[in-house]
Formats: sequence, C-alpha cells, structure tokens
Amino acid sequence: MSEHHKESFITKYVFTMDHKMIAKQFLITGMFMGVVGMLMSAIFRVQLANPGESSILYSLLPGAWLNDAGGLNPDKYLALVTMHGTILVFWVLTAGLSGTFANFLIPLQIGARDMASGFLNMLSYWFFFIATVVLLSSLFVETGPASGGWTIYPPLSALPQAIPGSGTGMTLWLISITLFVVGSLLGGLNYIVTILNLRTIGMTMQRLPLTIWALLITAILGVLSFPVLLSCGLLLIFDRSFGTSFYLSDIIINGEALHNEGGSPILFEHLFWFLGHPEVYIILLPALGIVSEVIAVNSRKPIFGYKAMVGALLLIAFLSFIVWGHHMFMTGMNPFLGSVFTFTTLLIAIPSAVKVFNYLATLWRGNIRFTPAMLFAIGTVSAFITGGLTGIILGDSALDINVHDTYFVVGHFHIVMGLSAIYGMFAGVYHWFPKMYGRMMNKNLGYIHFWGTFICAYGVFFPMHFLGLAGLPRRYYSNSAFPMFDGLSDINELITFFALAGAIVQVFFLFNFFYSIFKGTKSSQNPWKSNTLEWTTPVERIHGNWPGELPVVTRWAYDYSKPGAEEDFILQTEPLKEGEIEH
Amino acid sequence: MTNILIVVVVILLLATLVQIVRVSELLSDIKNKDVNEVTDKDNNTQGILFLIVGFGFLIFVVWQMVTWNHLLLPPASSVHGAQIDTLMKISMGLILIVFFVLSPILFYFLYKYRGKKSNKAYFFSHNNKLEVVWTIVPTIILTSLIIFGLKTWDKSMNVDVSESTTIIEVYAQQFNWNARYSGQDNTLGKANFRLVKGSNILGVDMLDASSADDKMSREVHLVIDKPVLLKFRSQDVIHSAFLPHFRVQMNCVPGMTTQFGFTPTKTTAQMKETEGDDFEYILLCNKICGASHYNMQMKFIVETQEEYDVWLDSQENLESKLLTQK
Ligand code: HEM
Ligand SMILES: [Cu+2]
Ligand SMILES: [Cu+2]
Repeated sequence: MSEHHKESFITKYVFTMDHKMIAKQFLITGMFMGVVGMLMSAIFRVQLANPGESSILYSLLPGAWLNDAGGLNPDKYLALVTMHGTILVFWVLTAGLSGTFANFLIPLQIGARDMASGFLNMLSYWFFFIATVVLLSSLFVETGPASGGWTIYPPLSALPQAIPGSGTGMTLWLISITLFVVGSLLGGLNYIVTILNLRTIGMTMQRLPLTIWALLITAILGVLSFPVLLSCGLLLIFDRSFGTSFYLSDIIINGEALHNEGGSPILFEHLFWFLGHPEVYIILLPALGIVSEVIAVNSRKPIFGYKAMVGALLLIAFLSFIVWGHHMFMTGMNPFLGSVFTFTTLLIAIPSAVKVFNYLATLWRGNIRFTPAMLFAIGTVSAFITGGLTGIILGDSALDINVHDTYFVVGHFHIVMGLSAIYGMFAGVYHWFPKMYGRMMNKNLGYIHFWGTFICAYGVFFPMHFLGLAGLPRRYYSNSAFPMFDGLSDINELITFFALAGAIVQVFFLFNFFYSIFKGTKSSQNPWKSNTLEWTTPVERIHGNWPGELPVVTRWAYDYSKPGAEEDFILQTEPLKEGEIEH
Repeated sequence: MTNILIVVVVILLLATLVQIVRVSELLSDIKNKDVNEVTDKDNNTQGILFLIVGFGFLIFVVWQMVTWNHLLLPPASSVHGAQIDTLMKISMGLILIVFFVLSPILFYFLYKYRGKKSNKAYFFSHNNKLEVVWTIVPTIILTSLIIFGLKTWDKSMNVDVSESTTIIEVYAQQFNWNARYSGQDNTLGKANFRLVKGSNILGVDMLDASSADDKMSREVHLVIDKPVLLKFRSQDVIHSAFLPHFRVQMNCVPGMTTQFGFTPTKTTAQMKETEGDDFEYILLCNKICGASHYNMQMKFIVETQEEYDVWLDSQENLESKLLTQK
C-alpha cells in the first residue's frame, strides 16, 4: 500500500477502507445521533417539569409524527424515552465510542498499516449506517417508533394492540438492531484479529497501551454477547410475525384471547440481559482505556499499577457475564438464584475500586497539565466514583426490592455509564483530534465546555436519586396521578433546568469541533508529548500510517518523567539505554 | 415567532463563538504564543476550579440531603421492610463515607499537583504492598455487606405460609388492578385466561369448589400485624406491583404466577397521624406497560381486625356475584 495511491472523493471520504477515515465516519455519525438523542431527552424533560406543555423543541426533531394532534401524549413520551435510550446506548456509546476509537487507535498504537481487513471494516461502517437510516426512518411512521423501552420486553413489544409503537416502529427497530449487530460483529472480529496479529516488532502484549487492552477486551465482550441479542431479537420477530409462542402465553388484549400458550417473557429477559449487562461494559471499558492513557500523559507519570489495571479489566469483563440476573431480581426468580447474582454483582466492585485507587495514585505527585482532554478524563473518574457507589445499593437484591425501576436506577446508570463513557469519549476526541485532523481544538472553548457539562450533568443526574428514594418509578409520563409525588415538582424543575442548560453547553463543543477541522491552529507532530506510536506518524493523514518502515518498539508506553531521562517523556521506539531497566 | 427567535439566537451565539476564537488567536499571535498550549497559568486556574467546583459539588450533595430529606419514603410499614431499611442505612452510610473520602482526595490532588513547567513528576509505576492493601480492604467490606444483604434477602423472600396467612390475588391488566380474596377456605379458586368473560374479569373457574367463596375487590384491605401472601397474575403485558411503603415489589407476568409475602405493621390511620391526612398506601405499576403506565393504581388499606371483618362481610362472594347473573 503506497502513499502515492490515488484517492478519488468517493474512495477517500465515502467508501473508504482507511481505518482513520472510517473512524471519523463513526465519530460524525455518532455525534449526529448524540444530538438527536439529547434533543429527545430535552423534550421529555420539559414534559416532566411542565406536564402537558407543548415545546418548540419538537420542530427541531426529525419526524412529523411528533407534531400531529395535541402535544406530547403518553405514547409519544414513551416513544421518545425508548429512542433516546436506544440511540445513546447503541449508537452513541457503542458504535460512536468503540467504532471511533477502536478504528482510529488500534492500527496507530500497535504499529500496523491498517486493520486486518479494510474491506470488512468498511462493511462494518456501512451496516451501521444503514441501521441508522432504518432507525431514524421509524420516526416517520404513522404509529410512531418503538415505545416499549430500550429493553423492549415482550409482550409489550410483541403486540401492536398493547402500544402503537409496537407496530411498524418496532419492526423497524428490530431490523435496525439486526443490522447494527452485524456491523458490530464485523468490526469486533476485525479489532481482535488486528490486535492479536498485526502488532509491530517489539509490541508485546505487556507493552500495549491500556487503550488497546480495553478495546481488545471490549471487542471480545461484543463478539460473545451480541449474537445472543441477535437470537433474542430473532425469536421476538418470530413471535411477532409468524405466530410462534417463545415469549407469549395466556394473553388477553383488547378483549381478545390470543392463541399463544407455553411461552415465557422471562426467557426474553434472560437472553436480553445476557447481552445487556456486558453491553454496559462494552460502553464503559473503552472509555476507561482512553482515560488511562489521557491521565498518564497529562500527569506526566506512568499509569500506576499497569498489570493490576489489565487484571482489573479482565476480571470485570469476566464477571460481567455472570451478573445479568441483577436486572431481574423482581421477576419472581428463585430467591437462591437472586443470592448468587447478588454475590457476583457485588464482586465487581472490587476490581472497580482497584481502578479508582490506581487513577488516584497516578495523579499523586504528578505534574498535571490540564488540557481539555485531561479535564474530561478526570470527569470520568469522578463520575465513576459517584455512580459506581450507588451500584452497591442496586446490586444488593434486598435493597433492590424498593429501588428497582425507580429514578434511583436512572440516576445511577446515567452517572456510571452515561457520564463516565461520554466524558471518556470527549476526552478521546480532544486528545486525538490533532491526530485526526492535523489541527488543534480551541483550548478555552474546551474549558468552557467541560465546566458547563460537569456542573449541569451532576445537576441533572444526582437529584434523580432522591426521586427514586421517594418511590418515583421510571418511564412515567407524568407524576401528577399520585398525590404522594406532589412534593417532587421542585426537583423535577431543577433537573430540567440543568438538562436544558447542559444541552446548550454542547454547542460549544460542536462549534469547536467543526470550526477546528477547517480553521484550527496547525498541530505539531506530538502536541501532548506522548510516548505512544501514533505520534510518530506524520501530521498529514496518509494511507498506511508510516511513510517508511514500521516503527520498532523497545519499551512500554508509560515512561513519563523517568529518572535519568532528559525529557519527561520517552517514545516507545526509543531503545533502552545501556543498563536501563524496563519500568 | 418563537422559532424565528430561536434561529436568531443560535446564529448570534455561533457568531460570538467565532469572534471569541478569532480574538484569542489574534492575541496570541501578537504575543507570539500558541493559543492552545496549556500554560502554567491555565494549570493554576483549572486546579483552583477543581477545588472550588469539586467542593461545590460536595456541598450541593449535602444540601440535597438536607433539603429533600422530608420527601423520601417514610420508614417501612412492614416487618421485613424494617430490616431492609436497616440494611439500607448501613449501605448508604458506607457509600457516603467512601464518596466523601474519595471525591475530596481527587479534587485535592488535582489542585495540589497542578503542573508547572519547572516541575517534574515523581516516577512511581507500581507498589505491590499498596495494591494488595487496597484490594483486600474493599474485599472485606464487601464480603460483610454481601453476607448481611443475603440474610435480609432471605428473610424477605422466603415466607412461611401458615394457617393465619391471608392469601390475596392481585391481578394486573392495562391499566388497572383487581384483587381477589380467597374466602373462608383461604384457597383461591383456579383461574384460566380463557374463562375471562363478562363480569368474570379474572377468569375464575367456577367449577372449582374453592372458587365459590372467593371475593373480588377494587381495593385491598389488610389486617395489621397479620401476614399476607399476595399472588400476582397479569392479563396482557408485564406489569410490576410496587408497594413502596411496605418495601414490596414483584413483577406480574402473563403466563405465570408470582408472589410476595409480608406483614404490615402500621394501620392507614396511624400513618395519617404522622404523614398527614391525605396519606394512603398505594400500589403502583413499576414496569412499563403502555400509555397509562403512569396512572395505574390501587388503594391498600391497613386496619384492625374488627374493621377488616366488617368490610369483608360487606363484599359479595363470587358465587352470588357471577353465578346468579347467569
Ligand atoms: C443529555 C442528557 C440526558 C438527559 C437529560 C437524560 C435524561 C433521561 C431521563 C429523564 C430518562 C428517564 C425517562 C423515564 O424513565 O421516564 C432517561 C432514560 C434513559 N437514558 Fe438518558 N439522559 C441523558 C443522557 C443519556 C446518556 C449519556 C445515556 C447513555 C448511557 C442515556 C441513556 C439512557 C437510557 C438507556 C435510558 C432508559 C431508556 C428506557 O427507559 O428505555 N441518557 N434519560
Ligand atoms: Cu447489569
Ligand atoms: Cu405499568
């Protein structure tokens, strides 16, 4: 593959096989979906603070379906919540996060010219793209998009008579997710193969940057769990369209008794959460990988306890496959089974705690440089502490009896999964933007973006715990039906205020991003003084990454401020000095 | 009109942003510096900001705990619920301690070790002793939490059903609840969804001898200090029966029966004294089930045995309710 290779507009920007360009396609698609998902949350937050009031925000969303007859009714509310959850979980934080950074960083940080299969990689993006189009098209169907929650539990999701969104909207949702899963599998297999086979000379597994470890483990989780979602969805398609009874039994709907007997919705829940729980780590781990890298670079210190960090990632990944039942404590499962899931779930807190301590130890006696990326990386650590701790409440089956499916859960998962991962994603974008576009993002706008986001996000999600402890269930269109929730309207208004303010703050990011692509100041080759291989490539994007020979690696990625060295960083390609021991 | 206004505001905002960036670039051009280079001054500002905003956040948390404390659920009105509350207090206390230790450490480190060009970080890549300690300490704490949690769980979920346990069926459908009392024999008659017809809304099998004395009701009355076993069924989609004041929750799943047993410890009248006159025990739906999920409720009333007997006697049993209509 030569750098003189001619690229037309189509092969360069559209059907590209260059991993760096594919990464940008994932990023931009993810950002677009992020804006759509955020707008949806703004709309339903307005509803929760001012029930029944129609909002001009509607006109910003695609899909005329919102604007017909009289404001936001309960069906539309549930549709928005469902699409918001689906979009943020799968589109933004799975494809947008892993898709972007796995594609971008894997070849660059392991010293490879490209992914193992550029073609599969391209396919992976285009499957994702078509999935996006299908999902968005469901906003335009008359009965509205899927509305049964992002967890699409049957029978609600199986029966159009139960909720209008379970008609065409749900069909499109299922098609879209199927395409999405195919895309992720193509991507995931490619990432694994590339990391295992294409590492450059000297890049042993023990010298891999933690970003790559995290992306590898994430890809393995995805490859093992997404097929289960696929089969889970397939059975649902059978039940919906071909009269089978995998998940359905003893149902009367609209006065009509259905023929289905012998199925069980609980089977669906088991299959769904067998993916669903690993999925939250598919979202979180890449962010933790990025954060490890960004914190080490900007503390000018090695990441503390590299081996423990890898071990913790592996342990978290392993445990994530045997805890899915904690989403199902209240399904009437055998109490003994509940005990087992409580046990495995609370165990996850141990490797998580180790990671937090190691981050703190990395900051300790550092020489911390606050780039916008570093601020967001710290945001992740803070959110991971705050949100991780409430997991100890939810994972305890006895306590879950009273907080299950309440706003306590909404607060918990938005902080630990939503914020940690979104911050990690922002950290990655600010950090690797110079590598992506050869230009710098504006620092001061980055600072404003971080502080605005950090303050508003806690303002939105922390108070939700109190709503939950007051007994407020999630997925409620309005709280006004129960006098016992009348006192909560102040909290709801506060949350909505912060949600709208937080949404506006994102304009600083979007502007900074697009402005800097064209007008940002030019970046130098290694603007953050990092050790890793991507900063040894030329600033200009070239196909094949390195103009000459591939780099040869002689040390780990974290020799920052090593005693005896002149600079406070040493590139991974720099040979060990006489008598120097590897960290 | 508002739409036009919004467009104008957005355009103005963008224009301002362009200007901010331009100006800062020009300024640094004059000073011959790179705008995007992080200076010692930046590190200083950001470090201090972390200290201020970080501790501001902690104060915000405390403020919420103080201001909104009265909105939280009152102490449990059931035997097992009291144990759950104890466990909750201990777990909450623990995570709050950890939260109020780790977060300040994080914010303080950021301030304390804010960078200076002239400084050099301390090369410190691992320390086995330290790492072992901070693996073992959480392990011990969590093990005790797990043990305590599992004991409480066990007591909450494994109910002994004795002679004196009242058995009541709670039946969910889009979008309301119905209850069925098991009558003198304390046995619920069989039911089948194919029998749902006319006023037999629960599909009770009237050929089953235990059905005749069953009673249907739109609200549930319970006797204080007397154990009750709720049996849940659903007619259409998954619902979840949530009784927050009793610390009771159980999904209602079509095609199967689930159950939850508990013993109420405070009458509605007692609760009205402490919580205000409009207090009622309420059953909510806590699993997304369709448009009116947010408004699917049934009243629970806890009273004395005498009051309960009077009420129950006044209810018609299924035999007269269903069979006489034939
Ligand atoms: C932009 C700021 C955000 C706001 C204001 C927001 C707000 C909300 C609220 C209030 C709900 C619950 C609605 C209900 O249960 O009735 C919700 C649901 C949800 N959100 Fe967010 N959210 C935001 C960002 C995120 C992020 C970053 C994620 C990524 C993990 C996320 C994932 C979800 C999921 C999975 C659900 C559950 C959807 C369902 O119930 O099916 N959200 N959001
Ligand atoms: Cu889970
Ligand atoms: Cu419901």
